[in-house]
Amino acid sequence: MNGWFDLVVSVARVAVMLAFTLSLVPILVWAERKGAAYIQDRRGPNRAKILGLTLGGLFHPLADALKLLFKEDFIPDHAHRLFYQIAPMFALAPALMTFAVIPFGPPVVIAGRPVALQVADLNVGILYIFAISGMAVYGVILAGWASNSKYPLLGGLRSSAQMISYEVSLGLSIIGLVMVFRSVRLSDIVASQGELLWGVVPKWGVFLQPLGFLLFLVAVYAEANRTPFDLPEGESEIVAGFHTEYGSFKFSIFFMAEYVHMVVGSALIATLFFGGWQFPYLADSGFLLPGGISLGLPGALVLLLRIGAFVGKLLFFAWLFIWVRWTIPRFRYDQVMRLGWKVLLPLSLANIFVTGLVLLLVGGGG
Amino acid sequence: MTIGVRKVARPRKMSGGESLYLLEIVKGLGVTIGHLLRNMRHQENIATMEYPEVRRVMPPRFRGLHRLMKRPDGTPRCVACFCCSTACPAVCITIVAGESPDPKVEKYPVRFDIDMLRCIFCGHCVEACPCDAIRMDTGWYTPPDFTREKLIFTIDMLLEK
Repeated sequence: MNGWFDLVVSVARVAVMLAFTLSLVPILVWAERKGAAYIQDRRGPNRAKILGLTLGGLFHPLADALKLLFKEDFIPDHAHRLFYQIAPMFALAPALMTFAVIPFGPPVVIAGRPVALQVADLNVGILYIFAISGMAVYGVILAGWASNSKYPLLGGLRSSAQMISYEVSLGLSIIGLVMVFRSVRLSDIVASQGELLWGVVPKWGVFLQPLGFLLFLVAVYAEANRTPFDLPEGESEIVAGFHTEYGSFKFSIFFMAEYVHMVVGSALIATLFFGGWQFPYLADSGFLLPGGISLGLPGALVLLLRIGAFVGKLLFFAWLFIWVRWTIPRFRYDQVMRLGWKVLLPLSLANIFVTGLVLLLVGGGG
Repeated sequence: MTIGVRKVARPRKMSGGESLYLLEIVKGLGVTIGHLLRNMRHQENIATMEYPEVRRVMPPRFRGLHRLMKRPDGTPRCVACFCCSTACPAVCITIVAGESPDPKVEKYPVRFDIDMLRCIFCGHCVEACPCDAIRMDTGWYTPPDFTREKLIFTIDMLLEK
């Protein structure tokens, strides 16, 4: 009986997580194309129609996916057949796996048993994220190498160099946060962000670690290979980087992986620095404002508000990815390396030092 | 020794705030979101033309697709003198002349084909015509089509324009 319950709950959580992440991909593609168009004073996609409805071009990603699905699955003659074919899987799988530890909402009680609204409530949450997201570089480097073509190889090399450099700052920028919250379990981190700082401000990571947030934001952009750090696919100099030789559905998997990376990156930023599913001043029983005013709410509404808060934060940061892409030009390769090693790395080390010092002086040490 | 040496204005050094980038990035984000919101609110101000539905009005002197003129009685004004096909540098006009039933007119074109794929829209045929029978004032380009044959315009098509 218990075994069945656990199985059903696990499968349901995985299904909801997968459906949520993958259904966000076409929406983000649409937001990217339409947003880019409006930012550049264009109209953007508005032609694909179903029953005369265009919905502002929302069917274009669908039409693109169908088109790519029905194209010939071509493998270049001199490509390494095995690696060429597993590279897209290596690109997409880590991105989806990272999402497993991100909590969607507070634990709920179903049939008298507590169920965490996340696929796996690991006690090594943050370490798991770094371990898995570090694997994403294999997809890119394998694709670049297995294509047996010069521009994909250059793109793959750039990408691996960039991802390895920024993984250092990504990891170090989080350490200050871990020191403050004293846990690497993501559900604990989110739960402790529900408290108030000096009784006024929500105790979100961004208020405790503003520098850590900035460093993490920049490093996440570099890890997701998004502008201004999208040199692995610099069109003007290396055609399209690592996926130049890919077509049909293999290309679309790389494309999906990029957007899933965006979703995961946004979910991570929201979870670690913006309280995850915490709605400001919302406790289990209802709103508790700083002035002592309270407003009771039914439990189901509180749950919905919290899940909505998480999704809203996620969507905002996903939009920020798109917004930044159409604002800032691409860095040059040496500029990326300079920023990564000479600016972000010392700053993240300094952040750890200052955080430790403050904790020692204020909180009596860990 | 300094002949031909020109001092090029170098970009000024960035101030401290600018070299931090953060404020400048936020300013840039402000610019882009401003464009986005303005274009979402006033879609009619976007310069993009929805082409097949909306067509640009060409200036009156635009030289485009040909048309053949008619006499008041509806017969073609062309007298099949071959001036246009002789003037044509692209050799795209094919004329077959026939004897006209009208006693006042000597010849008329039995066939008058223009191969629109060969035409270079130079306008020499219009200048060469002694009767003002061919004009290029339809105000539009050659429409695209699927076969080469459909793009050879015959006399009936040209008279209708």
